[in-house]
Amino acid sequence: MAKLIITLDGKVESEYELSTENTTIGRHKNNDIQIDNLAVSGHHSQVLKIMDDCFIEDLNSSNGTYVNGNLIKKLALNDGDDIKIGKHQLRFINEASASIPSSSADEFEKTMIIRPDSAGLPESAGSSEIDKQMGQIAAKLASEHKQNTSSNKVIGKASLQLLSGTNAGKQLPLTKVLTTLGKPGVQVAAITRRPTGYYILHVEGGANSGQPTVNGEVVGSKASPLNNNDIIEVAGIKMEFNIS
Amino acid sequence: MADKNLIDIEGITDTGLIRSHNEDSIGNDLSISLAVLADGMGGHKGGEVASALAVNSILNDLPAELDRCKNLDIDENISGYSYQSIAIKNSIEKANSVIFDAASKQLQYEGMGTTIVVTMFYDNRLTVAHVGDSRMYRLRDHEMEQITTDHTLLQELIDRGFYTPEEAAKSLNKNLVTRALGIEETVKIDISEEIVLPKDIYLLCSDGLTDMVDDRRVHMILEENKSQIDLTCTDLIQQAKDNGGHDNISVILIQPNKQGFGLNKLVSKFMDIFS
Repeated sequence: MAKLIITLDGKVESEYELSTENTTIGRHKNNDIQIDNLAVSGHHSQVLKIMDDCFIEDLNSSNGTYVNGNLIKKLALNDGDDIKIGKHQLRFINEASASIPSSSADEFEKTMIIRPDSAGLPESAGSSEIDKQMGQIAAKLASEHKQNTSSNKVIGKASLQLLSGTNAGKQLPLTKVLTTLGKPGVQVAAITRRPTGYYILHVEGGANSGQPTVNGEVVGSKASPLNNNDIIEVAGIKMEFNIS
Repeated sequence: MADKNLIDIEGITDTGLIRSHNEDSIGNDLSISLAVLADGMGGHKGGEVASALAVNSILNDLPAELDRCKNLDIDENISGYSYQSIAIKNSIEKANSVIFDAASKQLQYEGMGTTIVVTMFYDNRLTVAHVGDSRMYRLRDHEMEQITTDHTLLQELIDRGFYTPEEAAKSLNKNLVTRALGIEETVKIDISEEIVLPKDIYLLCSDGLTDMVDDRRVHMILEENKSQIDLTCTDLIQQAKDNGGHDNISVILIQPNKQGFGLNKLVSKFMDIFS
């Protein structure tokens, strides 16, 4: 069981068991853990729990959330971590992660499907060990997938603006998942759209003419991600990558 | 005979050392340069059934679906995808329905599902489509790259910034997949297309390999045997077993045939911009 031990100036104020999928921390009364101190924002941070793992996320607080002395936005928590919110210290204790019984360790190795229904996890043998609540947060993620909302990175429309050469000024929309560019026998690069975004890679040529570059950095045969306004140079022609 | 094929394929699926049966399935069709790998899950015999249904359904359906899509005259500039990619997507969706229907009709198969990774080679490129945590890697110029991105809770947490990939490798919740075939009436499939070069080597695998053997070791094994992909297969399986073999282990190695994937073909077929 995971818990937070809340102390101020070395004195233990309270202990809170992290039993639900989401525990909010802040100055307002509607938080799960209320810390009534002006250094603490109304809604300061939250702890998400997914099965036996916990994660802390700062909710854009004024004074920030620190873990082991580092300012964090999101972080996976480990047993013994020292969280600092305002002047308060919250020690994270997770006994589950400290010792895993062998039977449940085996259970984790079995691949399971998170289903986007209320039950969350499949009702197969052994899954009764799994906390239903943990299943639900996982199911939430799964149903976001299904609805194709926030969790799926939406990839915008991309195009190349030619900056040099005879076609300078021309806009080339990247309509296909795979586009090759360059000059045969001189230098060829490919831009590929994967579910996580656009990538560029060097395909062929370049012994005499160098390799293609992005913002001056050489592109290898391993795909490198493309960002908006990146300047690509292939076969001596410069172009800007744009994504909406 | 081998020269006529666009690619060489070797594959092994192994029960591993702990599980009582093998819920993975693999298959290929050299006539269309296709390889399929599935990792089934679900109680009783559900996992085995789901993965076998997926592989068989795709092997049976795709040749006809390719013909059908070819005749549709799909404009790649509008669809964004080759007709081959669209046919693969349709075939996977069909497999999803087949498994979903079987699961809803027979009580003992309720809740069964499977991951899938499908790749097909043609015209100097390949399409890779996947659902779940079965992966495709590519070895090129001594660099190994994971082409697919897992549909797992863990990957979601990495994408959302909670974990670094290094921290993720130590997490317990490794094997919770957020997408699988056969679970819902519809399924979201990730599809991408990649240029193929003659010296590339491709690996499809189930998580029984990647949970047991880290990427650097997989990379070394791929490099060691180079073009002897049958040896690479046995070495990868053996390494996963040496490390504990907790799950079923499946690997498929694919090597493009040199004649099929020369640069000349690439240049003549594929110059989209400023040639």
